[in-house]
Amino acid sequence: MQGLIYLRHYLRQHVGGLLWGGVLIIAANVLALSLPYVTGLAVDDIQAHGNINNTWRFALILVGLALVTGVVQFGARYVINAISREIEYELRNNLFRQFQRLELDYFQRRRLGDLVARAINDLSAIRMFLGPGINNSLNTAAALIATLIVMFQIDRQLMLYTTVMLPLMTVTFLILDKRISQSFKRVQDQFGIVSAQAQENFSGIRVVKAYTQEAAELDAFNNVNGEYMRRSLIYARFYSVLWPAMFFISGLAAVVLLWRGGVDVIAGRIQLGQLVQFNIYLVQLTWPMIALGWVVNLFQQGQASLVRVREVLEYDPTIKDGPQTNPDARVAAGAVTLRGVTLRYADSAHDALSDINVAIPAGGSLGIVGATGSGKSSLVNLLTRTFEAQSGDILIDEQPIRSIPLHELHAAVGYVPQESFLFSTSIADNIAYGKPDATKDELERAAEIAQLAKDVVDFPDGIFTVVGERGVSLSGGQKQRTSIARAVAKNPQILILDDALSSVDTNTEAEILRRLHAFMQGRTSIVIAHRISTVKDLDQIIVLDEGRIVERGTHDELLRHGGIYHAMYRRQLLGEELGIDNDEAPAPTFVQTEIPQE
Amino acid sequence: MAVGASFFQDDEILGKAYDSRIVGRLLRFVRPHWKLLVGALASLLLITATDLLGPAITAYAINTYIVPLGATNQALSIAARENGVLLLALIYLGALVLGFVLRYVQIYLSAVIGQRVMYDMRAQIFTHLQRQSLTFFDHNPVGRLMTRITNDVDALNDLFTSGAVQLIGNFVTLGGIMIVMLVVNWKLALITFAVIPPLVWAVSFFQNAMRANFREVRSRIARINANLAEAIAGIQIIQIFNRQEQSFRSLDGLNRDYTNAQKRSLFFFALFFPVVTVFSSVATALVIWFGGGSIVQSALDLGTLVLFIQYVNRFFVPIQDLADKYIVLQTAMASSERIFGVLDSPIAVDDPPQPLKLPTPVQGKVAFQDVWFAYNEGDWVLKGLSFAIQPGESVAVVGATGAGKTSLIGLLSRFYDVQQGAVLVDDINVRDLSQQDLRRHIGAVLQDPFIFSGTVASNIRLHDDTITDARVRQAAEYVNAAHFIEQLPGQYDHEVNERGAGLSVGQKQLLAFARAIAFNPEILLILDEATSSVDTETEALIQDALGKLMRGRTSIIIAHRLSTIRNVDRIIVLHKGRIVEEGRHEDLLAQRGYYYRLYELQYAA
Repeated sequence: MQGLIYLRHYLRQHVGGLLWGGVLIIAANVLALSLPYVTGLAVDDIQAHGNINNTWRFALILVGLALVTGVVQFGARYVINAISREIEYELRNNLFRQFQRLELDYFQRRRLGDLVARAINDLSAIRMFLGPGINNSLNTAAALIATLIVMFQIDRQLMLYTTVMLPLMTVTFLILDKRISQSFKRVQDQFGIVSAQAQENFSGIRVVKAYTQEAAELDAFNNVNGEYMRRSLIYARFYSVLWPAMFFISGLAAVVLLWRGGVDVIAGRIQLGQLVQFNIYLVQLTWPMIALGWVVNLFQQGQASLVRVREVLEYDPTIKDGPQTNPDARVAAGAVTLRGVTLRYADSAHDALSDINVAIPAGGSLGIVGATGSGKSSLVNLLTRTFEAQSGDILIDEQPIRSIPLHELHAAVGYVPQESFLFSTSIADNIAYGKPDATKDELERAAEIAQLAKDVVDFPDGIFTVVGERGVSLSGGQKQRTSIARAVAKNPQILILDDALSSVDTNTEAEILRRLHAFMQGRTSIVIAHRISTVKDLDQIIVLDEGRIVERGTHDELLRHGGIYHAMYRRQLLGEELGIDNDEAPAPTFVQTEIPQE
Repeated sequence: MAVGASFFQDDEILGKAYDSRIVGRLLRFVRPHWKLLVGALASLLLITATDLLGPAITAYAINTYIVPLGATNQALSIAARENGVLLLALIYLGALVLGFVLRYVQIYLSAVIGQRVMYDMRAQIFTHLQRQSLTFFDHNPVGRLMTRITNDVDALNDLFTSGAVQLIGNFVTLGGIMIVMLVVNWKLALITFAVIPPLVWAVSFFQNAMRANFREVRSRIARINANLAEAIAGIQIIQIFNRQEQSFRSLDGLNRDYTNAQKRSLFFFALFFPVVTVFSSVATALVIWFGGGSIVQSALDLGTLVLFIQYVNRFFVPIQDLADKYIVLQTAMASSERIFGVLDSPIAVDDPPQPLKLPTPVQGKVAFQDVWFAYNEGDWVLKGLSFAIQPGESVAVVGATGAGKTSLIGLLSRFYDVQQGAVLVDDINVRDLSQQDLRRHIGAVLQDPFIFSGTVASNIRLHDDTITDARVRQAAEYVNAAHFIEQLPGQYDHEVNERGAGLSVGQKQLLAFARAIAFNPEILLILDEATSSVDTETEALIQDALGKLMRGRTSIIIAHRLSTIRNVDRIIVLHKGRIVEEGRHEDLLAQRGYYYRLYELQYAA
């Protein structure tokens, strides 16, 4: 019931429809009773050797009633189910809306598949409870009450004898259904194992063949294959009982009816026609009684799903505009200051960033280098408010970052993530993602700066080629460059590149940097890189190690300082120069590039 | 992020519901279980009989005892009539119990047949795929093969559990009812049958409409699925680029489409049952009209009339079911066709009927004689390649991408067959050997160090139990893998998950080396990955291990590391499928030829 209370806002929108649906269900059940009643009357009339003309009258009445019943039955089945579809739609939209508001951290703590399942499977379970659930509850109640009333009037003893068996159907269904779904779950689990085993074999077929493991692999596969069969048969053992049992119980009622009802007719307590009528009523009660068991299940599943959906809907985003927000605050020049900033992720024992102090004047540039996990990405994530620092001040144009409306902050930032994420739309749409009204010229300029233009020419539809379709999957470098173009097209005041040139070769990198340099005039830029060549011309460079700034200065200053930065630089130089007599340095690789054709 | 693409693939294209060729082959799978099938069919016939018995007993009870007909019956005492009814009720009960047992037996036996057939099919598909050459795997994506062995086989389950057997059952029931009706009163029966043609038409109309709708609903939900997955995966970009509203609007549009499709589907669903009600009432009305008239004229008895009314109501379930089963049949035919397609795919690389044996001990001499090879016809990768490698010699093969380096390994392991020329091991053509014999003596370390789910140890010995724990450790130590393995939680028993997630690229490579060493091959083929992502220490370990691997074995290495290239006995330089230069590193550099330019180009940046 708690579920219905939570959903009352949604249900209230459809009060009229729900009432109307309820009326139709009651009407459908009353009408459904009238058909056997007329049939019974006809049989009695025939038995009494009534007027021959009566038979076609009965037949006509029957058909006419059936038509009316049909129309009402249609409404009874349609109205409430349609409302449940609408509520499902509204719930799903609210989930979508909520997803847009939640912070990245929320998503990182959950599996993608699980969240998608909430928007699809769980909503479907809630809808089943609202539609067929409510529908069948009302229907069973209406059918039971109406039938029992009529049966009661005919012969209360006979009613008692024949209907006492019916709840048995509900109970049997519930018991069996539980076992069936449990054993089915085990079948599904094993299905996953069979799939995984096959997939691994097919993916690793080269190794399998190279080490002549085919026969052993077949044994291993048939092991899980056999277990799958075994579990399927256990499942079959349960589901094989369900319908025979339902059949049996409903038949039992018919047997009792024949015996007790037959004696009643012999004794003259009831008419033969009434016996026939009873028989049809019993058949008609079969499904509502089974449905009752089903409804109990729907209700339980719906409740469980509702809990999962509410968890999302009621989650209060931690990063949002709040009382500290000044609606008039804007990012203008783009000066960035961090003072004593410390960040620690939830569930983490140590700080991801500690005591970070950096000031980038408007239009200035900052390079960030450091080992994997040293906190480079964490630092820029604070500037987009993807995460929030525990302590310290982050100022943009001398105002606390939290005073700036999120929308305004994001509007001013161009961000190129470490892992390029493109949408499965065209390249043009991807570039224009932050500026949907961008002109073709603007897009082409952005593509030019990111050195994407020359690649795009080769695609089937040029810049309008759809990413990921028709065999055009972009290379890592092309994705990164599209991602850069997207940030540039947005025309941001602050540009953040998070290791955004890692998949781009050194020549192209130089070209991009040269063009970005011009573009960055008057804008603030923050560049994370693992190649020294990417950051060496920036105004200032910081070196992060385990969340702390350990070195800072210009390229030349840092080289003179002779610390981590200097060591990195030397390693990379050695790598480039290597060839003759350096066994110590990491070996360079024959990069897999095409040799130009002579 | 083409998350959506996969959802639209392999959407069942329904065709024929019956194809004698396919059914014949399916029956071959069923033949070993024919006893079970006979049992299931026999149960089915008996079920129909018990089902028909109920109404017949009721009719008999009415005519004989409840509203007795004829002088003898009318002469019975009340007590005798009551006892008669009770006795018939007990017979009815007996029929019910029997029906319950038979129904259970029939459903369960069908399940057993289905499960056994599916087990056999999966095993056959898997066996066949194990024999397939790599060309086959190159042309068939893993996802497609997965669908064949899992979903397509499972689609056949319905054929057995609710399809074929039930289909026969429905025909039998329908036929049984019709025959009994005809026998009891053929005139009334024929009149009642008049509702069948329009009913069949109505049912098939609904089935078609619902099926079309179902497909629409499925494609819409798949679209929501794909778009939502993308919206969540790209949430950071959506938020930073202030696109929440647009993202929501596009999801809303898909949601609306889906809801509308569902409501159309609901329309047909809601209409179907009322239509059946109307038809069944029309049939009842016909029975009353014509049958009632006959009774009044004493041409029919009351029990028969009641019997007819009961039977008419049993008409509809089988007819409705028949339409359902049609889809099951169509799906099963389509799945079977795809499965047989896989089973019929020719084995491109097969063992000769009378394989030769490699000499013992294997020397490890390798020779390519005028080898021409193409993955795809006409697209030559190797063009008349000839070279010989002496036992124990180490050779590095270098060249630009597409020069044909990788194909050497595929040909020597006989993953592929040459189009012209011959590949010889110890002077025997590899095509004259059994693949197993050949590969037992060739260790291949491949470009993608594939890791199976299982323990570290099982990844080294694979399924070969003759490789002892001691040898596993020895192999790991030899190739410098022991150090990182011993730091893992369970050491050699540490469970690595699928695709070796949790292990670094370098560690995976060391593990692959250990695997090669554990099998102790005479000939070693190494595809040396350009491992830019490996840290300095691991890199040193890998280089050291590579050196050890090649010691004392005939080795062919597709080299990316300079240190390796400098340490081999000979370098073969491939360019566009031909050998352009051959010799030692320093000599080749001194020649200032193709190798020199290749070298300069790779390092000039």
